[in-house]
Order: sequence, then C-alpha cells, then structure tokens
Amino acid sequence: MNDLRTSELDVWPPGAGVERIPFSAYTREDLYQRELERLFYRGHWCYVGLEAEIPNPGDFKRTRVGERSVIMVRDRDGGINVVENVCAHRGAAFCRENFGNRSDFTCPYHQWTYDLDGRLLGVPLMRGVRSDGVVHGGMPAGFRREDHGLTRLAVARRNGVVCASFDADVEPFEQYLGPDVLRYFDRVFDGRALTVLGYSRQRIDGNWKLMQENIKDPYHPGLLHTWFVTFGLWRADQKSQLLTDVHGRHACMISRRNEGGSGAVTKGVTSFKANMTLHDDRVLDVVPEPWWNGPTVVMTTIFPSVIIQQQVNSLSTRHIQPRGPNAFDFVWTHFGFADDAPDMQRRRLRQANLFGPAGYVSADDGEVIEFSQQGARQRPGGVSVVELGGTDTATRTEHTVTETLIRSMYAYWRRTLDV
Amino acid sequence: MSDGRHEGGRDASPDAAVDFATFVDLVTLYQAYASALDARQYERWPEFFIDDCVYRLQPRENFDRGLPLATMAFESKGMLKDRVYGITQTLAHDPYYQRHVVGTPIIGRVMGLVIEAEANYAVFRTRQNELSEVFNVGRYVDIVHRTSAGLRFASRICVFDSEMIPTSIIYPI
Repeated sequence: MNDLRTSELDVWPPGAGVERIPFSAYTREDLYQRELERLFYRGHWCYVGLEAEIPNPGDFKRTRVGERSVIMVRDRDGGINVVENVCAHRGAAFCRENFGNRSDFTCPYHQWTYDLDGRLLGVPLMRGVRSDGVVHGGMPAGFRREDHGLTRLAVARRNGVVCASFDADVEPFEQYLGPDVLRYFDRVFDGRALTVLGYSRQRIDGNWKLMQENIKDPYHPGLLHTWFVTFGLWRADQKSQLLTDVHGRHACMISRRNEGGSGAVTKGVTSFKANMTLHDDRVLDVVPEPWWNGPTVVMTTIFPSVIIQQQVNSLSTRHIQPRGPNAFDFVWTHFGFADDAPDMQRRRLRQANLFGPAGYVSADDGEVIEFSQQGARQRPGGVSVVELGGTDTATRTEHTVTETLIRSMYAYWRRTLDV
Repeated sequence: MSDGRHEGGRDASPDAAVDFATFVDLVTLYQAYASALDARQYERWPEFFIDDCVYRLQPRENFDRGLPLATMAFESKGMLKDRVYGITQTLAHDPYYQRHVVGTPIIGRVMGLVIEAEANYAVFRTRQNELSEVFNVGRYVDIVHRTSAGLRFASRICVFDSEMIPTSIIYPI
C-alpha cells in the first residue's frame, strides 16, 4: 500500500475537474483511512453535542469523532471536557452508556480511576502489596500518574454547541467556519438556552460524504421530495442563495418558501402532486419566527461531521459518524428553545414528521444514498457527473439550479487529501 | 439503560381483568392489525384507530427519558391517512416485505370501555433478493376503546429497543 502520510493517491480521472467524481472516492479503503486521518482527526473540528445535553456537573454523553469513541462531560466548574473513551492502562473502551452522571470515571477492568478532565486519579496496588514485611509488585518508582491520563481533545464551545478535535493545533472554531457560515450558525445558535427534544439514529449503507453532498445538493429536493415541491417548501423557483466558506468545505443553502402549486419547475416532475391535500395539515402549520430574518430554510453543512437544519419550525443537528467507506451512522438531535411556548414545541414536534429516518422528506435521502453506493461499488471505474450550473466552484450563488457546492467540497477534499 | 419508570404497563394490578370474550377480541385486534400491515393493506391501517387517536413510533431512549421526539408522531386518523398517501404515493424507497410477530397482550388497567394493554413485537424486513433481517423490535403501549364498531386503538405507541434504524422506516409498525 502507498504511504498514507505523504503520497498522492491515484484516484481522479486524468484531466477531469471536480465536475467528475470518481466512484472509487466512495469505496476505497485507503482513501477512507486518509479521510479519517486528515479530515476527522487532524485540522478539523468535529461535532460532539449540545451543552443542553449535559446541564449538570458530572453529566456525560458518549459519542464519536470519526470512528473514535469519546466522552463529552460537564466538569464541576461548569466547563466541558472531551476525552477519548480508551483507558490509558489496557485500552478498554470503559464507558458503556450513551448518557449518565459520574463524579469520576472508573475503568471496570483494573479500576483505574480518572477525574472528569481525564487526569488519572487512582491506580489500585500502585505501591504493591506488603506481606510478611515484603512489598510485592506495584508500579516502578518512576511511574507517574500524570503521564497516564485519558487523551484529551481540544474543545470549542459556541452558543451551546460543542465541537472537539484530536488536533491541539486546529485553528480557532470561528475562523474554521469563516464569517459567512458563522453568521448562519449564529442565526440558529445565538446564545438562547436550548431544549433537547430527542434523538433519532439510523445506519445508512453509504459513504459518509454522500450525506454531506445530499445537503449541498439543492437540485434534488424539488424532484425527489414530493412534499417539498408540492407545498413549496423547497423548489427551484424560490428566492435562494448558496454560499461556502473560503475553502469551499462548509456551505449554507438558504431559501424562502413560496406558495407551491404548478409552474415551470413542476412540468414533467412526477413527484409533484397537483391535487395533493392533507386530511390534517397541522404537520405544515408553519409560524414564522422573528429570528429567521427572512429565509424559511437554512441548511448548513459543517465539514466533515455535522448538518445544522432549520427547515421552517423544525430544528436539528445531524451528526455523521463514518463506519468504514461503505456505511455511516446518522444521529439526529432535535431541539427547540427553552423559552418556546408549549404550542411552539408541539409545532416543532409535528413538523419533525417531515424529517428523520421515517420523515416525508428525509427517509428517501437514506434510500437514494444506498442506491448511489451500490452503483459505485459495482463500477469502480465509474464517475459521477456533477456539472449542473457549470464546472466552477463559486463561493456565492443566487439560485439553486447548480451543483457548485458539491464541486467546492471536492476541490477542498482533493487539496487536503492529495488526490 | 432505563430507570424503568415508564415500564408501568407491565405491572398489571390484581384486579385488572377482562372477560374471556374481551381478551379474545383484544388478541384479534392485535393480530388483524399486524396481518393488514404484513399484507400491505395500508388503507386499512387508519381504520384500526378512533378518529381522535394517537400513533407514535418512538425510540426507547426518548420514551424512557421523557423526551418527546418520535420517529413518527400522529394525532388524528387524518394524519394516519396522510401517512398512507405519503408511503404509497410520495416516498421513493427500496420496496420490502414486513413480517410482524406480536406477543400475547398483557392487560393493564381496565376502566369501563377503556383498556390499557401492552404487547411485545418483532418486525422482520425482507428486501428483494436479500436475506430476511430483524428490522424493529419493541413493545406496543396501547389504550384501546370499546366502540360500537368493536375494539379500536385510541393510542398506540410503538416503543422500540432497536438502537439503529437500518436505512429508514417507510411503512407503519
């Protein structure tokens, strides 16, 4: 195998730009290992959770950065630590619950005990066992507990969202997002207290990038998703904007709902149902909120690990956790605001029927991602054609009839991975 | 994982009893419901409910922790009919068979025409050209009303243990 650290991988079709994506980008194990190393473990921030999930000292959440199990824990002073779930002694992934509260962490194997910040507190039999006046065993005199703590990750907290990085030298989080994406991040997370409404978890047999691409693809929603095109929630004739950070890795798809109905964008579109009416339209009981400031939908992809969804009154983070090149886990955390009136919380929950593993506009995203993965696996030399709207990688576009955001992501991906 | 505080339906109180005919009606309701779904007769699904009904498919972690989010959450027979339209007319998906195996119900409280009951279920998924697989496993937490048309669900909450939904859930459980 090539040296993963330095060599250029021979992946891209000769002469092709980012408007052609080789299918092997979704299937090759060596590429995937390089993605873990360079995208998930170095130089990037990964999502770990919301502060509202661990409100009290000792509260913890187990989650993943890339494929590595980590624990986000609230310290006694209100700080938040993220440590790797691997005991410094024999490597046991000691934390076995997704949520809980602890005053410290103890590995069950040999009872090594860690403080909430990962410092090693106690090692049983460290000084050996005295018997008949003789000390048996124990750690050598030079053993220092401070050399054997849990691996600590860098932590970024912004307005209730927590991200972490195994790379201590990662750039500051605000700089990582860049000013334009940060503005839309802050539009949802402006410091108001959040309320967690619950979780959905699904496993999708597709490459993790296909999920990023799905939310950088404004072409499909008005075609695949009947509910979007029929009820005007997302379609090509809306006033919209696409933007990326300066690197092209993060993106926002910003749009404003229209009245739906038939028009130029529904002609020949079989998913458009002109006569579709709901027996109970409370699922679409949209009430504009002042903080929207115009757009009814902003879908933000923060590379590589999370999507922030605001689609009318429904809000969620969608956490991408890769599992080898051919699968990923997709964890949805739906939330609202602590000052939501009861009817607004009910509204968010009703609209959640559109999203998640059974959602009217999300269930089929998982399905088509698997279809794409199957096609990529059966034809390793194939390419994906991504040239709607041209071959460029604009950082700003005033319409949605384009695949520029996907191209931008691959331009960044090729640079970062030496592909 | 759970503190068990929402497992209340398991503790059938000593006086919770129904006559044999009612028990048979209840088992028949459960089996007819499963049979209709397995036979893909989705238009029959809303008719197992009263008009002002609740149907939820909810991860156990949310249910046990009192978090309100459900994978599907419907509050009227109209919403159930909309789901049927959604799955038959709007959702692109890999077709699959469902096969429900539903345990014998355990009766909770009985209050006049209202029966609280629970039953375990396992649903297997079989895609075309694929092996059958365990798809969704959990328990029904039900409130059943005795109506002039027979027993109907006022509320059916499917609380599933399965920590991961494989791909997606299209059809009702």
